[in-house]
Amino acid sequence: MTPKPKHSTTGTTAESADISSSVDSTAAHLMVAHLTVADLKSSKSRKNRQKAVHAGLALAAMVSVAVSGFIVWSLISEAWTFIVEVEWSQIFNIGWFPRRGIYDVSTLLTATLITTAIAMLIATPLGLGAAIYLSEYARSSTRAFIKPILEILAGIPSVVLGFFALYWVAPEVIGRISDNSTGSLAAAGVGVGILTIPLIASISEDAMTAVPSSLREASTGLGSRKTATTLRIVLPAAISGIVASLIVAVSRAIGETMVVFLAGGAGDTALFTSSPTDSGLTMTAAMASLASGTDNVVGEGLTVQSLYFVGLLLFVFTLLLNLVANRFVSRIQEKY
Amino acid sequence: MNPEARNSNNLVFCAQDLNVYYGEFHALRDVCLDILPNEITAFIGPSGCGKTTLLRCFNRMNDLIPIARVTGSIEYMGVNLYDPGVDAVEVRRRIGMVFQKPNPFPKSIYDNVAYGPRITGMAKRKPALDEIVEISLRKAALFDEVKDRLKNSAMGLSGGQQQRLCIARAIAVNPDVLLMDEPCSALDPIATTRIEELMNELKDDYTIVIVTHNMQQAARISNKTAFFSVDVNLETDTRTGTLIEFGDTEEIFSTPKDSRTENYVTGRFG
Amino acid sequence: MAVTFGRVLDNKTSTRIEREVASAIKRQGSDWKGNTFYTLLLVMLVLTLFILAVLIYGVVADGWDILTGWLPSFLGGTLGSIKAFEGQTLGVQQGLAGSFWIAVFVALLSFPIGIASAIYLEEYAPKNRFSNFIELNIRNLAGVPSVVYGLLGLFLFVEGIPSITGGRTAASAGLTLAILVLPIVIITSQEALRAVPATLKEGSYGVGATRWETVRRQALPYAAPGILTGTLLSMSRAIGEAAPLILVGAITGFLGSNPSIVDPRQLDDAFTAMPILITGWTQNPMPEFRVAAAAAIVVLLVFVLLLNAATIYLRYHFEKKREA
Repeated sequence: MTPKPKHSTTGTTAESADISSSVDSTAAHLMVAHLTVADLKSSKSRKNRQKAVHAGLALAAMVSVAVSGFIVWSLISEAWTFIVEVEWSQIFNIGWFPRRGIYDVSTLLTATLITTAIAMLIATPLGLGAAIYLSEYARSSTRAFIKPILEILAGIPSVVLGFFALYWVAPEVIGRISDNSTGSLAAAGVGVGILTIPLIASISEDAMTAVPSSLREASTGLGSRKTATTLRIVLPAAISGIVASLIVAVSRAIGETMVVFLAGGAGDTALFTSSPTDSGLTMTAAMASLASGTDNVVGEGLTVQSLYFVGLLLFVFTLLLNLVANRFVSRIQEKY
Repeated sequence: MNPEARNSNNLVFCAQDLNVYYGEFHALRDVCLDILPNEITAFIGPSGCGKTTLLRCFNRMNDLIPIARVTGSIEYMGVNLYDPGVDAVEVRRRIGMVFQKPNPFPKSIYDNVAYGPRITGMAKRKPALDEIVEISLRKAALFDEVKDRLKNSAMGLSGGQQQRLCIARAIAVNPDVLLMDEPCSALDPIATTRIEELMNELKDDYTIVIVTHNMQQAARISNKTAFFSVDVNLETDTRTGTLIEFGDTEEIFSTPKDSRTENYVTGRFG
Repeated sequence: MAVTFGRVLDNKTSTRIEREVASAIKRQGSDWKGNTFYTLLLVMLVLTLFILAVLIYGVVADGWDILTGWLPSFLGGTLGSIKAFEGQTLGVQQGLAGSFWIAVFVALLSFPIGIASAIYLEEYAPKNRFSNFIELNIRNLAGVPSVVYGLLGLFLFVEGIPSITGGRTAASAGLTLAILVLPIVIITSQEALRAVPATLKEGSYGVGATRWETVRRQALPYAAPGILTGTLLSMSRAIGEAAPLILVGAITGFLGSNPSIVDPRQLDDAFTAMPILITGWTQNPMPEFRVAAAAAIVVLLVFVLLLNAATIYLRYHFEKKREA
């Protein structure tokens, strides 16, 4: 390769241009109009419209940034007052009695942990089972029938599951294995679990469907049975998506409010408990109960601020979980 | 040859030291090339030689790729297309494009052709628009086949008809130049012949630049041919497209000056 | 006679080999591991469907007295005490009105802002760190618990600008829920826009269309079904959401006025909404209110499930059409 090929090329070009104009000198060849930069400009009105639209769309995209800003600002500014002014002995106490100035956060954290654990215990096998069945075993006609049903389950408002957990799960399930048949952390946990089944099912099914069928064929071609292919090839390949679905489900379970508020069995106060069959207040239920009722959010000194403090904790937990889940999801996208 | 001959009035495009980069990747190196009016110029060469990239510089389609960067200049009838004052939108109105795969809009045949005139404000009234649509379809040799079903969806046409519709759509905004990016690669031989005949008719009114994989096609229809090749740098493992030879089609195919051209056109490489 | 490995075998040997091969490729015994696994999966799926069935059965059975007895007056009735239940003047009209106005806010605010954001991010924004940040930000907003949005609404709309919203009003609630579903609208619209073929947009640019003309005339019409799906989904989410409304002060006990559903004067008044009514009645210890809550749930579910069904139908319908 010569370092400057363009020289020879230019030569050829000029030569050929000459030849063509001498051989074939029709009038058209000499009639190329000359333009100026102004000829290649769009009309002013068209340009202005472009600019206005661009600015408007960019402004709309900024709204979501502003929303995040406002969320962080509102949580931190009010929670800060709480952190500065609260007596720390009240943070570690017998329970959660915000209107009396007793804010034992560990009561709420423990209750949240219990309901989330029970929810995952319910939702993981059911959600994963449904996902594996749909992705690997179901015929397409079965899929077309089952998937919309799971989507219906996903669309059921959480108040409805709160009602169901309180009036059906608590007496019919929890009431049979303990002596508490009204609201309890266990009943609430089961309700939250039902709520998160479709979430786990849909994200992990997507992950398994994304596994290339060539992998399955390779495994089948080596004489593996369906079970072996599923357990040893498909599940390991889809593991990041499955883990992501479980993390998202945990995040959703921690943040779920209405089910635990209605079926948790506590009013707006709770003594510390670590027994699932007791009634209790999770972080979210504490916030909802503090705010509900006709007197809304009033009370002694820091009651309102305690609401934001719990909200900040909740925000941080779920944010961290979601960030981790995002990492896992983007890992599958890179792989396939 | 003297430089005046080159910068004479009868050039549609005049590319000088044109380089195209996609991010770090140097896609096309130091291209100098002239396009004459009312001729068909064909770009040939192996895959990855930058011929489509160059074509897309001529109507600034490359602007749509955020990481694409162009240095050097392309003069279009005396104006540098990459002058900051030039609006790519108006450039694309004057320099039409036909794509590799027929891409009619999911609208009626009529609306496909009327799309350009409508948005550019060329024709506001219905009679004027009807006329543009008919003339464009006639020029694209499609009118007789579709005149009774102008309101039907364009998606119902055959591949060859769709591609001629795309040509009509490009003609409708009254361009000077038609850029064609392998317009027949998705078509069967009969449809290909029709498009080639059409291009021969169209060159009376338009300057045509066509990228093709098919050397026979270039030999059949073009007046000028530019052969591009890929420079492989083994040290950095990079591939850069370069223009090897440009001249009259007959010469390129019968008496090429460069051995690489000869190897390619005789089928020994690529 | 059969030939194997170039040797000629007598009939007896060849029959024996045939028999051996036949038995080898037949299933040896039962694949009990595989069968157990399959059964387990099936049990999980059936259990999930069973739970859903019990749930639907439960609320319908609990609300049966109202649903079959005095549904029309229940739909027109108001919040009230046990006396209102006995006199059959208890009902959901105020809840329907509140939910209606929330839906109006979502439609007027979230849809345009969300779709515009999606267009900006997909078609306009340069791919740099800032646009990556916006995308990540939106994904995280979608995962923020709804009760936290309630705190935002309380801080921003109820306490922050009561002169505009009137404090604990339907307007504050509508604004809060509009913000809550904004990320859903953006994400689903983005997905729909991403599915628009690049060739379609190139065709438009090729004849001299501007970016906006290309978006408006090619990308948006093509993506419309997908965007519609997202908006319906976000609407069903908004009218089923209760926790943020509790935080911004929805009324669960008694509400003085009972304007007609579409009367805009209630925007700056105390308000309730369907999920809030259900919450209040569920918490009420008197057994009659369990019936009322269940009946109200059925009413809410009809709306939510209709929206979801429309979404599912649209998606499958257009997926099929695209494939064809």
